[in-house]
Amino acid sequence: MPEKTFKRNDLLKGDYIFRLCTLLFASVILVILVVIVWQMTKESLPAIRKFRWDFLVSSDWNPVDGKFGALPYIYGSVVSSILAIIIATPLGVATALFITEISSRRIGRVISSLVELLAAIPSVIYGLWGIFVMAPWLQQTIQPWLSDHLGSIPFFAGAPYGVSMMAGALILSIMILPIIAAISWEVILAVPQSQREAAIALGATKWEMIRISVLPYAKSGILGAVILGLGRAIGETMAVTMVIGNNPQISLSLLAPAYTMPSVIANEFAEATSTLHYSALMEIGLLLLGITLLVNIFARLLIASISRKQKGGVH
Amino acid sequence: MTPKVQIENLSVHFSKTEAVKSVNMDVDENSVTAIIGPSGCGKSTLLRSINRMHDLVSGAKVSGKVLLDGESIYEKNVDPVLIRRKIGMVFQKPNPFPAMSIYDNVVAGYKLNNRIKKREADEIVESCLKRVALWDEVKDRLKTSAMDLSGGQQQRLCIARTIAIQPEVILMDEPCSALDPIATYKIEELIDELQERYTIIIVTHNMQQAARVSDITAFMYLGEMVECGPTSKIFTTPENKQTEDYITGRFG
Repeated sequence: MPEKTFKRNDLLKGDYIFRLCTLLFASVILVILVVIVWQMTKESLPAIRKFRWDFLVSSDWNPVDGKFGALPYIYGSVVSSILAIIIATPLGVATALFITEISSRRIGRVISSLVELLAAIPSVIYGLWGIFVMAPWLQQTIQPWLSDHLGSIPFFAGAPYGVSMMAGALILSIMILPIIAAISWEVILAVPQSQREAAIALGATKWEMIRISVLPYAKSGILGAVILGLGRAIGETMAVTMVIGNNPQISLSLLAPAYTMPSVIANEFAEATSTLHYSALMEIGLLLLGITLLVNIFARLLIASISRKQKGGVH
Repeated sequence: MTPKVQIENLSVHFSKTEAVKSVNMDVDENSVTAIIGPSGCGKSTLLRSINRMHDLVSGAKVSGKVLLDGESIYEKNVDPVLIRRKIGMVFQKPNPFPAMSIYDNVVAGYKLNNRIKKREADEIVESCLKRVALWDEVKDRLKTSAMDLSGGQQQRLCIARTIAIQPEVILMDEPCSALDPIATYKIEELIDELQERYTIIIVTHNMQQAARVSDITAFMYLGEMVECGPTSKIFTTPENKQTEDYITGRFG
């Protein structure tokens, strides 16, 4: 019999249970993160206690002697990722601009789906291509030329090995290109038509329109895209491990082999039999996690500060 | 004297619909022409064909002629960019560049065509902002974001940005429709002053506004130019029955 009051009935309890369920599932993500951080911190403690700050500034990584300094890996990760960003950002943004502002709609659609396809390729495939095609090509063509002509500059000094910081950065830049292009493209699409019209009506050419209205409006979003690419590049393991040469040295030369944090974890986890070795790898993992988290937080702060400056810009 | 802008037999198609149907209109130099008509009558479309804004829209096809000082602007060898430097435009919603300061907004268009020194830019900013009566309100915060201004101030800033490139004709597409009455009043006053130097064509929804600011009024309905004549005549003794019905508020 239907009640004619406004008292809570059992039906509304369903809503309550639903709310509880979603809260539970949502908090699982947080719990996982906390557990991972806690566990990794705990496992890294032996290495942290033993080496202190030396772990971050020492280049001596020798599992046999029980010496672990992570600097070459940190250097390799940071430098290869930054180089990748430097290469991929102009390419990605240009691709996005071509799709949104220049090409016809049909061609734009073809290119954008190709770019998305690039993102779907498993990283081991990139690695395979990198080690068998790109690295030998670099070794035979570009690197000897650089070494011969620009060898006096420290960035291009040394013998051409093929597998190198350069190969790692190049492979990374190809891998993060789809992220940068796809996000920039969406951000640019979101620029109001009124902004383009404003520039065009002032007698701007297409490039001038992009320069004075589209890019400034989209820049915080593009920055977000770049930082996301950076995050991906720092964490990328497989392809880089295959082409970067895996030599824990710090060399300014792009032709020299290097090593990254994810690579050393992937290469050594199976043979880490001593507690200290295991713990050192855990600490590298913790560092990697910390760096990626910091990169993300930094990106968000940066974007937030720019959006604040532009507030009201969205019509 | 040849009219500043001549529109001859102009039609605009969007894929299959015909938004403007063979319109003819002459606009004299230093006059204010108002285009009125109900929503969807093609008045904005007509206005946008005068500085080739339809070039941006894929699927828009313009036929017929628009002449500026007797020169056809839709010829193959005409650069639309140069046309738009002579025929500026102010839009329905104020659209200053949000990432730029007030100062940079004013010179944004001017800087595209000229290399300017700091002092020259300062002068342009001051004179243009003075002409749109915004100088006193913003002179102490020229370097702050344009988005901190009110809607009416933003619209006057957009007008300042347009006159900074020294156009000959200014097109205004319902420039007051997003503004409150006081801001509207200020823009109308401004139109009066701008008339001395520029030829103005304004599309408006507001018939009182057309009556207040314009010398010539054109009434459009369903893509056709129904009647065009001196504003006083259109509003008192229109020749066409449709015009009379519209201005007396019987429809629209």
